Amino acid sequence: MAELNYGLSELALEIRSMVREFAEARVKPVRAELDEKGIFPTEILRELGKMDLMGLYIPVEYGGTFEGDSMPNLIAVEELSRVCIGVSVSFAANGLGADPILIGASDEQKKKYLPPLASGEKWAAYALTEPNAGSDAGAIRTTAVKKGDKYILNGTKQWITNGGEADIYTVFAVTDKNRGARGVSAFIVEKGTPGFRFGKKEDKMGIRASATRELIFEDCEVPAENLIGREGTGFIWAMKTFDVSRPGIAAQGVGLAQGALDEAVAYAKVREQFGRPIIANQGLSWLLADMATKVESARALTYAVVQSIDRGVKDYSKFSAMCKVYASDVAMQVTTDAVQVLGGYGFMREYPVEKMMRDAKILQIYEGTNQIQRDIIGLALNKEYAAAAKK
Amino acid sequence: MHIVVCVKQVPNTTQVRINPETNTLIRDGVESIMNPFDENALEMALQLKEKHPGTKVTVVTMGPPQAADILKEAVGRGADAVVLLSDRAFAGSDTWATSYALSTAIGKLEKPDLVLFGKQAIDGDTAQVGPGVAVWLGMPCITYARAIEIADGEATVERLYEDGYEKLAVSLPCALTVLKEANVPRMASLRGKMAAKKLVIEPMTAEMSGADPAKLGLNASPTRVVKIFSPPPKTGGVKWQGEEPEVMAQRLVDLLRERKLV
Repeated sequence: MAELNYGLSELALEIRSMVREFAEARVKPVRAELDEKGIFPTEILRELGKMDLMGLYIPVEYGGTFEGDSMPNLIAVEELSRVCIGVSVSFAANGLGADPILIGASDEQKKKYLPPLASGEKWAAYALTEPNAGSDAGAIRTTAVKKGDKYILNGTKQWITNGGEADIYTVFAVTDKNRGARGVSAFIVEKGTPGFRFGKKEDKMGIRASATRELIFEDCEVPAENLIGREGTGFIWAMKTFDVSRPGIAAQGVGLAQGALDEAVAYAKVREQFGRPIIANQGLSWLLADMATKVESARALTYAVVQSIDRGVKDYSKFSAMCKVYASDVAMQVTTDAVQVLGGYGFMREYPVEKMMRDAKILQIYEGTNQIQRDIIGLALNKEYAAAAKK
Repeated sequence: MHIVVCVKQVPNTTQVRINPETNTLIRDGVESIMNPFDENALEMALQLKEKHPGTKVTVVTMGPPQAADILKEAVGRGADAVVLLSDRAFAGSDTWATSYALSTAIGKLEKPDLVLFGKQAIDGDTAQVGPGVAVWLGMPCITYARAIEIADGEATVERLYEDGYEKLAVSLPCALTVLKEANVPRMASLRGKMAAKKLVIEPMTAEMSGADPAKLGLNASPTRVVKIFSPPPKTGGVKWQGEEPEVMAQRLVDLLRERKLV
């Protein structure tokens, strides 16, 4: 198939072919069942670990294969997403959980926690959201009180991806409630720590293979050495994590939209009505053309953002938000159009596009709603143009 | 423990057609792959390696230079060493000469405890090379294996039949031919693929293997392929549809009676 040349490295191209083959062979045959029954893709993640694909974002010195090129991991997410974003979010959430460690942790902490994540022996999760702190992440109420060489954690985290399945959790808690967002600290909490248990597992509209669960901390004693950075720096790690993780959501959107486009075009070529394939109708071929154009635009923007981050561009929050908002909106539009192309069949569970449409919705919501993304872009514009006016 | 796995590069037969003029396979433009049953044999070896630390897996193939591709695939999945038995002297070998040649190559390696083969190759479908090599090596051979356990120098093997399976105990060294029911072959790992890319495979020639030249190649092969053909598609037959089922059923019964089949 014709494709644009994004200047991908040999490694990125290798990962693309490996993960594409893996997703077709291992994920596609089971995705409908994982979705219907809400089964976590344990075997799939284990196998990805054995294939050295869980450490694509972790530097070589900590057991991974990352040497400055973020595209291999992004493309792994995209290719898994082409087949199932319930699986790809379970894969990518490891990176999200590990990012605060990569960004803010000490060398000692990195040496302890990153190698088992890179090998896939352990999995990670990121725990920020609470019942009353979603978009307003600074409003979290989980507390961490220092007592000797320990912090005592109390509170409840909600909708935590990989909750219950992950071994290593990066948990955000308030250490100084008088300082607002600046009173938030980040901790590494291991599964099995006394006082740390799992609550309700959510029953979701989409990404049903993924585990979304409550984390409950009741006088949970965490060693003081598990604090990431200094007290009060947690919110910085949380926000910096989003700046690098949002392109991952965009990659999910690109992959999912591509998967829906693939299904729609293949169907439109074989489905005959009025004696000819439906793709011969301009109304449908133009719809498919718009879908394909949106997918490629979303891919180009997402790749450009990640490649720019790798090349050292600073102040990329705005661009991370842009690719997240654009690719997730594209995924919603393209999956909805794919259902339309398949008509009645598209509405049936026998065909994969209804799942894709249900799955797409979460991309506009999690990792910062698309309204929050637009806030970030708008604020940046306001600030940048004010600075330009002063010059 | 040392496990040798014999593999064969085959055309992906889902894509192969037969030239009706010459009755030979049209191989042009057909992708070459590792024989699928051999993938199961390799997977069995790799799983044994995981269970029994210190195990070495050597993968052997006989074929043209491009057969190195499947050896690289094997390294990508975790094989420790590979042997490419490649020489014009081997050309045209049938199963007898091939199994002899493979046995001489294996004879040059550290003495194996286990020699694994796929059940059969999907191009020739003979299922003869595995047992043949076992005979040349003087090893017992269990065909159609779907599971193996190894303890104290003895293997317990499940041999599958259409209506059940038998459990056999065999002393090592031994040879097995492996079924696809044995496992799901793993995919190559990233580090394995990178190692395979750097690998330079020097072929082992007939001379290096120490094989008797009189037992190699077309002239030493007792098998003669007289003719290859696609079975003619079934012709004739009638199709009834669109009428009441009772009417069509009655017509079928009448026809069977008329031909004295019922």
